[in-house]
This record gives sequence, C-alpha cells and structure tokens, in this order.
Amino acid sequence: MFSSKNMKLLTNPLGDSNPITVQVLGICSALAVTAKLKPAFVMAISVLVVMTLSNVIISLLRKTIPNRIRIIVQLVVIATLVILVDEVLRAFVYDVSKQLSVFVGLIITNCIIMGRLEAFALANKPWDSFLDGLGNAFGYGWILIVVAFFRELLGSGTVWGYPVLDKIGLYDIGYENNGLMILSPMALIVVGIIIWIQRSRNKDLIESN
Amino acid sequence: MKNGKLRQFVDKIKPTFDKGGKLGFLKSTFEGFETFLFVPNTVSLKGSHIRDSINLKRTMALVVIALLPAVLMGMLNTGYQHFLSQGQDVAFWSGQALWYGFIRVFPLIVVSYIVGLGTEFAVAQVKGHEINEGFLVSGMLIPLIVPVDIPLWMLAVAIVFAVMIGKEIFGGTGMNIFNVALLTRAFLFFAYPIFMSGDKIWIGGMFKGENVVDGFSGATPLAEAAAGNLDSLPSSMDMFMGYIPGSVGETSTLAILIGAFILIYTGIGSWKIMLSATVGGLLMGLLLNVFAVNPFMEVPFWQHMIMGGFAFEVVFMATDPVTATQTETGKWIYGFLIGILAILVRVINPAYPEGMMLAILFMNVFAPLIDYYVVQANIRKRLKRVTA
Repeated sequence: MFSSKNMKLLTNPLGDSNPITVQVLGICSALAVTAKLKPAFVMAISVLVVMTLSNVIISLLRKTIPNRIRIIVQLVVIATLVILVDEVLRAFVYDVSKQLSVFVGLIITNCIIMGRLEAFALANKPWDSFLDGLGNAFGYGWILIVVAFFRELLGSGTVWGYPVLDKIGLYDIGYENNGLMILSPMALIVVGIIIWIQRSRNKDLIESN
Repeated sequence: MKNGKLRQFVDKIKPTFDKGGKLGFLKSTFEGFETFLFVPNTVSLKGSHIRDSINLKRTMALVVIALLPAVLMGMLNTGYQHFLSQGQDVAFWSGQALWYGFIRVFPLIVVSYIVGLGTEFAVAQVKGHEINEGFLVSGMLIPLIVPVDIPLWMLAVAIVFAVMIGKEIFGGTGMNIFNVALLTRAFLFFAYPIFMSGDKIWIGGMFKGENVVDGFSGATPLAEAAAGNLDSLPSSMDMFMGYIPGSVGETSTLAILIGAFILIYTGIGSWKIMLSATVGGLLMGLLLNVFAVNPFMEVPFWQHMIMGGFAFEVVFMATDPVTATQTETGKWIYGFLIGILAILVRVINPAYPEGMMLAILFMNVFAPLIDYYVVQANIRKRLKRVTA
C-alpha cells in the first residue's frame, strides 16, 4: 500500500514534477487568489478535495467510461464536486467564499485536475489515483501558500490577517507596504522566482532547445 | 616602454585574484577595476575586426557627460523650488539654491550607484562572469527621473528589482528587454504610488510639510493641465528653462537639448529615434487639439514637448541602444509610436499622469517584433530582385 512506487506518486508532484512550477499548469488561479494567505489556503483545500475525489471516482469508473465521451464524463464529475465544495464554503466561510468569488467555480477548468484525470486516473487503480491526486494537490497548494505568504507580508504587511510588521514597529521607521505585491503581475514574478530557484538547484529541469 | 607605477601595482596584486589565489573568489571584481583603469590587452584571434577607439566604457562615459547639464539644472531647480515653497527669495542661479539641490540630489546618485553596481558585481561574482559597466548610465539616469523626496530605501529596493528582474535574468548588460532606469521608475510608481504622484512630492521638504507658505501648490504643469487649470500653467519660457516642479532632471528642456546635441554629435544617441518620437508626439498633440473636448486636450500641441518627462525620456531613454530597435527603418517606427503613445496615455488616461514611461516600456517589448518584420521585408524585397 505504501510501496516506494506509491510514495513517489505522492512526493514527486511536490518537487520535480510540480504542477505549477514544472508543468506550468493552473497558473491562472495561482495569480488570482494569492494576494492574501487565507483565500489561498481555502483554495488549496478546495482543489485538494476536488482533485482527490474526482481522481478516485474516475478511476473507479475507468472501465465503464466509453472512450469517446470520457471528457464530458470527467467534467460532470468535477463539476458536481466543485458545486459541493462551493456550497460548503458558502455555508461555513462566507467571507472567504466572497473573496474567491468566481475562482471556486473555475476549479472546473483547472488544467491540473483535467490533466491528472486524463493522464493518470483513466489508467490506474483507485488507491494509486488517490495518492496521485493528493500529491498533485499538495504540490499545487504549497506553491499557492508560499506565494500568498510573501504577497500578503510585503503587500499588506500582515500574515493571515495579523499585522506582523505593525507589531514589530516597521512603519514607525518609515517602512511602506509595496502596492505592486497586491497586483497580479507580482504573483507571476514570485512564481517565476520560485521556478528560477528550483531549476538552479536541479539542472535536469532546465529545458534544452 | 616602461610601465607606470599604477600598472606595476596592478600587476603586482594580480596573482592574488587568479584562480587559486588568496582572493580568487573576487576575480570578477578585480577584472572590472583593472579594465576600468587600463585597456585590456586581449586580442581576438579569429575573423576580421575593425579597430576603433570607442568601447562600451567610453560610450557610457559620453552619455553621463551628456547628462551633466540636466544634473546641474536639476540641482539648481531643486534648491530654487524648495526656497520658493518656503517663501524665501532665493534666485535660481545662486550658490544657495545649488547647495541645497546638491545635498538633496547627491544622496540619490550615491544610493543609485552603490546599490545598482553592488547588485551587478554580486551577480557577476556568483555566475563567474566579467563585470559589465552597463549600470554606469542607468545609475545616473535613475536619480534624474524620480521625485527628490523619494525615501532612499525605496529607491534601493526598486533598483535591486530592476537590475535583477529587468536585466540579470535576461543575461545581463546588452541582453535586457526593458530599459533598467524606466523599470525602476515603473516599480516605484506601482509599488509606492503616494511617493510617486500628487502635488507634494516634487519639492524638497514639502512632503514632510516643512514651513510651506499658504497657498503654495507644488503641482507640476502636467498635473495642472490634467486638472484643467490651464490658466495656472507656468509660462512656456519657464517650462523650457526648467523653473517648474517635476522629477529631478527632467524639468529643464534646455539642458536636455544640450545633452541631445552631445549624443547626436558623437553619434551615440540615434537622431532618428529622437526626431520620429518628437514628430509622433507633435502629431498626436495636434490630433487631440482638433478633437479638444476637455481643457487638457486643448493644451497647445507643442507645449507637450516641454512638459513632464517627454523631452528627457525621448533623448536619454528611447535611444537606449539595447532596448530600442536595431534596424534603421525600425528606429523610425519605434520612435514614432513612442511619441504617439506617450501623448495618448498622458492626455487620455487620468490614472497615469506621465505616459512616457509606459510608452517606452511598451515599445521596448515590441522592438524585436518591429526588427523582425523590417528584416523580413528586406529579405522579400531582395528575393524579388533575384527572381525577377
């Protein structure tokens, strides 16, 4: 159950085959929801739920889905799960759900989820698919949280809404928040810097032309 | 030929910095200073080369010389505006004005060079490259395009960002897509907007509210025009000479014209870009005059040339040989579009009081595309000649 092959499914997406930094998928939501830590965290959880469950469901159905209509079946599964997640968010964390607005719905079009269903769940057993979904969701989630941490800290001077920089007295000596960090171009640059660091540590990831 | 004392000294300490030497890890830094003092004696072995006395360092030094009139006028104006805001009667051409301007502007220049060169040296050391002197001009341009009251740490942060993200990750000097000085300004503009726009920041000491006389407005001519107060615009002569509030070095069109003359005479700045950008700006101004539906659009088209940073950025930024187009036909198109876009953004979009920065950065992105189509058109033309 936890063979080394299975553990690879879980750990590879965290680093060398990370969906955001290596496969460069799911960038749109990474740019849109990372201005603050809290929405980014909720988004990461939502994607985790949708990704693992849809992976398992499609894997269970894989032998009965006719090849010609597989995309629409995948979409039905994902859409159902996304609506469930959306309802739960509205019921329990209404303010965050407001902030995420349309981006929860857009999980349906998140390329990572469709990608994993197509590339993995359709050809593998439920348990493997579960691990694969979990791994990729974590790989997506930790990038989101790191980006959101820096954007919130430098852009708003807070961490999870707590005014850290104010408490240590940085504003009294003339510090100012960086307004550029709030704008989405900076999310792209922060993701770019993570990619830069990752590829300079692991030269195998650098594409050759 | 007997070597001078300095050469002997450099030769003596050289082995310390070679591979395996005590300070071997500082090789790039050492070479940077050595080639600054002496022309390197390495020669190319393959291909034919034309020898010329011009090199990167001399090109850069000439641009810095061309900037000096603007620096001087900027310092004088900084002092003049400061004393004006305090209700003191100090002449523009006076030692008092120059001294105040000097103590306000000099720290900006020092921070700009130390931080910018520091970043370049650090990157060169880490990557084991030679040090390029690409920052010599940027370091002088940056203090001239920011308001005098900008906090020094903000300037430092912006410079590190611009040099790293704008230049080093593309491969360093000569490979950058964006003009480094303008990227610094763009970073400051979007990151710290209250320090980069408004009426209070352009005059030394006014932001902190030091004894400003009642009724004194630090608004730049551009801000006045954007607000529709055409009556309170300074006279054209004042704007031409530079007796107006604004970023440090871009107020005096006269000083910039002297710089432009030096750049054109020495062949370092492209007169084609300067001319076509000016023509583009004038045409766009004329077009807006025709449709004048608000006071800003009624500003006489030629006055746009002496307001804001238009002249400065046409002469010193648009002509940047790295980020501009390389083909001669491309230079006409590139400059013309910069002129048009700058006036368009300036007048039509109230959120961006000065469109020049965005116009040039935008056209920086398109420069390779323009070059590509110019080259393709030339290939087609010559192919036709061969096959006909």
